[in-house]
Amino acid sequence: MVEEPPLIEAKDIYVGYKTYRGVMKVLNGVSFYINEGEKIGFIGEAGGGKTTLMKTILRILPPNATNVRGQVIYRGKLDLMRISEKEMKRIRRRGLSMIFQDPTSALNPVFKVGEQLMDIIKYSRLEEGIKLSKGELKEEALRLLEEVKLPDPQRVFDSYPFQLSGGMRQRVVIAMALVSARELLIADEPTTNLDVTIQDQILRLINEIVEKRKLSVILISHALGAVRKMTNRTYVLYAGDIVETAESNELFTNPLHPYTKALLEAAPKLTGEGIGKGIPGRIPDYVNPPSGCRFHPRCEYARERCKREKPPLVEVKKGHWVACWLYVKR
Amino acid sequence: MAQVASSKEPILKVVHLKKYFKVSLGVVRAVDDISFEIMPGETFGLIGESGSGKSTTGHVIVGMYAPTSGKIYYKGIDISVPAPKRPRQVRKEIQIVFQDPASSLNPSKTVFDIVALPIKLYKGIKKREELEDEVARLLELVELPPEYYMYRYPRELGGGEKQAVAIARALATEPSFIVLDEPTSALDVSIQAKIINTLINLQRKFNLSYLFITHDLGLARNFTTRLAIMYLGKIVEIGPTERVFKNPLHPYTQMLLSAIPVLTEEEEKLKPRGIASRGEIGSPMNPPPGCRFNPRCPFANEACRKILACIFLSCGLQCRKPCI
Repeated sequence: MVEEPPLIEAKDIYVGYKTYRGVMKVLNGVSFYINEGEKIGFIGEAGGGKTTLMKTILRILPPNATNVRGQVIYRGKLDLMRISEKEMKRIRRRGLSMIFQDPTSALNPVFKVGEQLMDIIKYSRLEEGIKLSKGELKEEALRLLEEVKLPDPQRVFDSYPFQLSGGMRQRVVIAMALVSARELLIADEPTTNLDVTIQDQILRLINEIVEKRKLSVILISHALGAVRKMTNRTYVLYAGDIVETAESNELFTNPLHPYTKALLEAAPKLTGEGIGKGIPGRIPDYVNPPSGCRFHPRCEYARERCKREKPPLVEVKKGHWVACWLYVKR
Repeated sequence: MAQVASSKEPILKVVHLKKYFKVSLGVVRAVDDISFEIMPGETFGLIGESGSGKSTTGHVIVGMYAPTSGKIYYKGIDISVPAPKRPRQVRKEIQIVFQDPASSLNPSKTVFDIVALPIKLYKGIKKREELEDEVARLLELVELPPEYYMYRYPRELGGGEKQAVAIARALATEPSFIVLDEPTSALDVSIQAKIINTLINLQRKFNLSYLFITHDLGLARNFTTRLAIMYLGKIVEIGPTERVFKNPLHPYTQMLLSAIPVLTEEEEKLKPRGIASRGEIGSPMNPPPGCRFNPRCPFANEACRKILACIFLSCGLQCRKPCI
């Protein structure tokens, strides 16, 4: 049997942002892959480069992005970094979709939900050469609103975003993402700012939809428990570097990198054994990032070598990779 | 003179507190008849989703506005009035740390200016060197080396550092009671842990009492001694933290606990089963009759839709028989 190539394989991605102080060197050679039908997660503190990485794959980086290098191989044949904008558009419309962090800013406040949804459907179908009538567009929009389990789709269709609660807005945003999600759904912090009982419902909804539509999923979340539960594999991103990756169960029960360990320890547990000590300092300044391992200024195990050389990502156990000099056998 | 309370007396007592807001479309019943007590040296948690009235409760306690009805007693003194009408000594002793340090710190002032202001006001220290010494002492308490941080502007600091400055400012008047209004909800867990540890150390050092307002149950589990769960302006469950987590009684508490995404198998075992979250919190302008939670409660019966079950504050258990 021939092994299927991954749906997306990102190789050695570098991305910077131009600022008045100089270039922020954010992504520092990131590689990852996602197979068809797989659910993967990205964790790490805010500012670690998770959203930038997703925007790189979809080629929706802001205009001040610079020094963008690397490859994004789609289904083993097409490099998404090197195709034309027109082709990229087609691939996005055909199957790659993203749910953004803040549903309030993802929706246009001056148009009704129905109009916004119908617009997306219209242009997405035009791309495939299908022109839908107004009635068909509306039908499709209502069907999507029903798929995300909004209790009264017709009322939501006729509402402005401000007339909906945060949870309902997020469902609308998911419905929009579903218009073209046939291969991959990227959920970037889909539940930040939502209450825990709403978060629970949204995550269950996403899970149901991806099972039903057989989508691949990339979940980015501060809710570490959500990533543990929903994904098969997890990547830990710190300051633009993948520092650890393993199957989610393995990673959360047996973290190896000092950063992952400290991050998981700091998360308060229901068992009530107190709170870990946290991690001193903060994400570095990307204009002058630390030399060697970018985590070394905050790491209690940092040695001379960590300041000089960037540690390679090595396989410590089967499928469990760590980028830390502590795990490099000489 | 303020009465000196014995350690058995609560430092803060809230009795039948109500806070309604008039808005163009009607009346928002943000806090609707709640009662609880906080003992000296204790961390009391007020837990709830957005719209539950937990922050409004904290704001009324620090005197940002007057209660609509009900009483607040601090060390036995009636303080059910806005802060400017409270005795100076009480004002000094009750402080607050807000949720978002980016908006609670003046961007055009340095850390020194921010922390020195309450010292000038309440301690009457005017001389520059004395003020600098005092600010330095406070910054050291929150683990910010003064030589680096004293003359920084808020924009130069990270979220955790800004919140530490806000804590230093709250400590400047030597308070004994601090309202912590979601002080870490804008921070990463790595930074949150540091701030919470600082708060725990300060509490031990100065025997502080905290009212800790949060929506994060995991955090409340590890930081509070007792807690109350609020829903649409009402307290639905109150009790020692350990009891509430081991044996949650109210269906809403059970729903909250079961919704938390957890990190370990041991935690998974603590989550109540068979009560999946559903629905959304209603409007405090038009709360449902009877138990406020009844539209979302899988166990709701006719009685729940009519009458509000009462809560025995003494033991914190929900009365199973509805009464009027």
